[in-house]
Amino acid sequence: MATASPTISQTEEKSFLRDNWILLSVLGVTLILILYFYNQNAIVTTAVLAAALRQSTPLVLGAMCGILCERSGIVNIGIEGTMLLSAFVGFITSFLLQDALGPGAIWVGVVIGVLSGGLMGLLLAWMSVTLRMDQIIGGTVINILAVGLTGYFYQQGLTAGDKLRAIPLGPLADIPLIGRVFFDNPPLTYLTLLLIVLVHLLIYYTRWGLRTRAVGEHPRAADTVGVNVYKIRYVNVILGSCLAGLAGAYLTLEAVGSFERLMTNGRGFIALAVMLFGKRTPFGAWGAALLFGFATALNTQLQFADINIPHQFVGLLPFVLTILVVAGLVGRTRDPKALGTAYSKE
Amino acid sequence: MSEFALEVKNITKRFPGGVIANKDVNFALRKGEIHALLGENGAGKSTLMNVIYGLYAPEEGEIWVDGQKTEIDNPNDAIRKGIGMVHQHFMLVPVFTVAENIMLGAEELQGGRLDISSARKKIRELSRSYNLEVDPRAIVEDLPVGMQQRVEIVKALYRDAKILVLDEPTAVLTPQEADDLFIVMRELTERGVSIIFITHKLREVLAVADTITVMRRGEVVGTTSPEGKSESDLAAMMVGREVLLRVEKEEAHPAQTVLEVKDLTVHDERGLTAVKNISFDLKAGEILGIAGVQGNGQTELAEVLTGIRAPESGTIIIDGQKVPAGNPRYLFEHGMAHVPEDRHKHGLVLPYDLVENVALNTYYKPPFRKGLVRDEEAMLEATTDIIEAFDVRTSGPFSQASNLSGGNQQKVIVGRELSRPIQFLVVNQPTRGLDVGSIEFIHRRIIEERDKGVAVLLISAELDEILGLADRILVMFHGELVAEMPVAKANKEKLGLLMAGSEA
Ligand SMILES: Nc1ncnc2c1ncn2[C@@H]1O[C@H](COP(=O)(O)OP(=O)(O)O)[C@@H](O)[C@H]1O
Ligand SMILES: [Mg+2]
Repeated sequence: MATASPTISQTEEKSFLRDNWILLSVLGVTLILILYFYNQNAIVTTAVLAAALRQSTPLVLGAMCGILCERSGIVNIGIEGTMLLSAFVGFITSFLLQDALGPGAIWVGVVIGVLSGGLMGLLLAWMSVTLRMDQIIGGTVINILAVGLTGYFYQQGLTAGDKLRAIPLGPLADIPLIGRVFFDNPPLTYLTLLLIVLVHLLIYYTRWGLRTRAVGEHPRAADTVGVNVYKIRYVNVILGSCLAGLAGAYLTLEAVGSFERLMTNGRGFIALAVMLFGKRTPFGAWGAALLFGFATALNTQLQFADINIPHQFVGLLPFVLTILVVAGLVGRTRDPKALGTAYSKE
Repeated sequence: MSEFALEVKNITKRFPGGVIANKDVNFALRKGEIHALLGENGAGKSTLMNVIYGLYAPEEGEIWVDGQKTEIDNPNDAIRKGIGMVHQHFMLVPVFTVAENIMLGAEELQGGRLDISSARKKIRELSRSYNLEVDPRAIVEDLPVGMQQRVEIVKALYRDAKILVLDEPTAVLTPQEADDLFIVMRELTERGVSIIFITHKLREVLAVADTITVMRRGEVVGTTSPEGKSESDLAAMMVGREVLLRVEKEEAHPAQTVLEVKDLTVHDERGLTAVKNISFDLKAGEILGIAGVQGNGQTELAEVLTGIRAPESGTIIIDGQKVPAGNPRYLFEHGMAHVPEDRHKHGLVLPYDLVENVALNTYYKPPFRKGLVRDEEAMLEATTDIIEAFDVRTSGPFSQASNLSGGNQQKVIVGRELSRPIQFLVVNQPTRGLDVGSIEFIHRRIIEERDKGVAVLLISAELDEILGLADRILVMFHGELVAEMPVAKANKEKLGLLMAGSEA
């Protein structure tokens, strides 16, 4: 065998700085602008940023759904549908139970919403892992199913008694700017921030994460060392879809308080762009989601402010960003090698 | 305690589609020996090993480990029984580090977290004690194949393998690297590991094996010791008939010039000069051999001559006509045939069946075209003819190209290229990775073409192949032609020196 061994020393965890420099520089510039505007008009700036975080929550949850699925090799374009269905199921559950359970009904709604997301994940996993169907078609099935089911059972004018309210975190909430933006939020927003950290740890520091990444890259290699490829894919798709379900529950039970037809409004697809922009890393996705959320929040604020740009143009921003990311113009991502391919043993 | 580390009894394995890859196979591995499993491509060696490793479920048969009958249903069972396997195509995750690859499936944990530093430590200890140096932090895709193979071996030892299966480990190695591997193998057996060494290279079997089992068409045809055996004895066992290890051929009768290359310069992908200002010509009825170590511009030269790549400068003339750059169809129309270096990338469309692959470069004209559509019947007939004439081992014309073994894939390509009227043939590494039977067959076909008056350009890194086939030899070094000689004036030493860049 070769005598000289080239020693390319690198750490196991991919260098975050090197992989995400585009995203980081965009965020950096944004940060400087924020400070400038905060100096000009503190109230509006704080409002925009708080709205940005709110808008980013379903996006980063959806993106983490995409991360878990794609890291294990399954393309999930059914995030939109999963979110929509869970938004509906969570809302209806909480609506039906509000008389019996009072305020606790909302939490039951959240749990059932998350579980319904998991169920959609089970369906996608069954189609793409067991039946080896084309994964794009599998995701499309989920999207169509969700639109059909929620449309069929939709009743106009239902409103839940309440939605999840903000819980200011004591003195932390009084810090200027940061306190209002980060420490004065409703519970699912806090939960999402926690989940970002947890998913990061899961992917990079646990046995499950190592096996997941291996299965996404080279399922046969994983199989030959005794890793159950099917199990890894099933569980990741279901777990991920639970996160998409949480995003749906967030929309109806924390953000809005009622269900509207097609209320996810493309967030499940934007989440995929967020995932790509963030290079399939949870923190990268969070940064990207904040950026997208910021673009959306800006739009809302501009409608109030007296500025001469038609707000529709600013409203296009998230979608323009999505197209740029998906077209690979911003930060190319290397796909997991086995992404989109079914695995069969023989 | 049994004297056998592993016994395989009456194993039969059928694939969907009807191929019987293993037929009532019996095989016994003695403790501490190197047991060579010898057989042509498609003989069923890898299948047998995958059965032992729990990747394939056999229809019939038993596996005994250390004198005990065992059920091996999945790789976990095999690993638990102390069986380790280095697959023919490495089972490494390219973007992972060495340590991540080795620990995958046998992870060390500390409080729920991966304990990568203790894995690295264990890997360093293993590599030190077995003399298998690997850097646990290196990323696998950055490593040369020889090193990746070492990672695979350490991966098996990390799991305390007592039985090590090496599936064609030398296919990817240079002869020097292969010799190093043999030293490692010896060392391992001295430490109590028993090794199954799969190969179709006769020299290697005689060099390292303690026992030899030969397989042919899914069956074991015999087990023997290497003492008193010659390469031709083994070849005959393997192929089932006497094999000529050296092709016989008549004197060449070169006629008119078919191909002229003038001042050709070619760049590679990265824009570096791969071929520097070379000129030569090729006559009908001769085989011109281009010798050279891999990566000295032969690949780019072949690509330009077959129209896959456009040259930077220079001219190519066929039949007195200047050839337009980068136009394979023009060349096909003018009687060029090409057996490419990389049969998976350029020779076949792997997900297509054989019929489609056979029609691949002439689908647009009769006999494969009938009016506006393809003539499926003519395509099928041509495929059946090729399977017959070229002895392609397959379950039928409609099997997917990816399901054939390398040698049989190569026969399909050679069959397709030689089944139409041609005047100019480019063959690049035509027998790389093939077994003696297929090599002999393909060599014979190339010589037949020459005798029919075809001009043949043979590019090969195997000196035996160049010396055996070529009538005239050019040596390529760093993109330049450094020597030209008739085969009668050439020998291995002289060519070897020229290929290494010295002025012989
Ligand atoms: N997954 C598969 N499906 C169908 N046929 C296969 C498969 N793998 C191998 N074969 C066939 O089984 C036979 C034995 O193949 P293999 O064990 O790979 O041979 P070897 O390793 O000796 O070259 C060949 O005819 C091959 O085409
Ligand atoms: Mg094989």
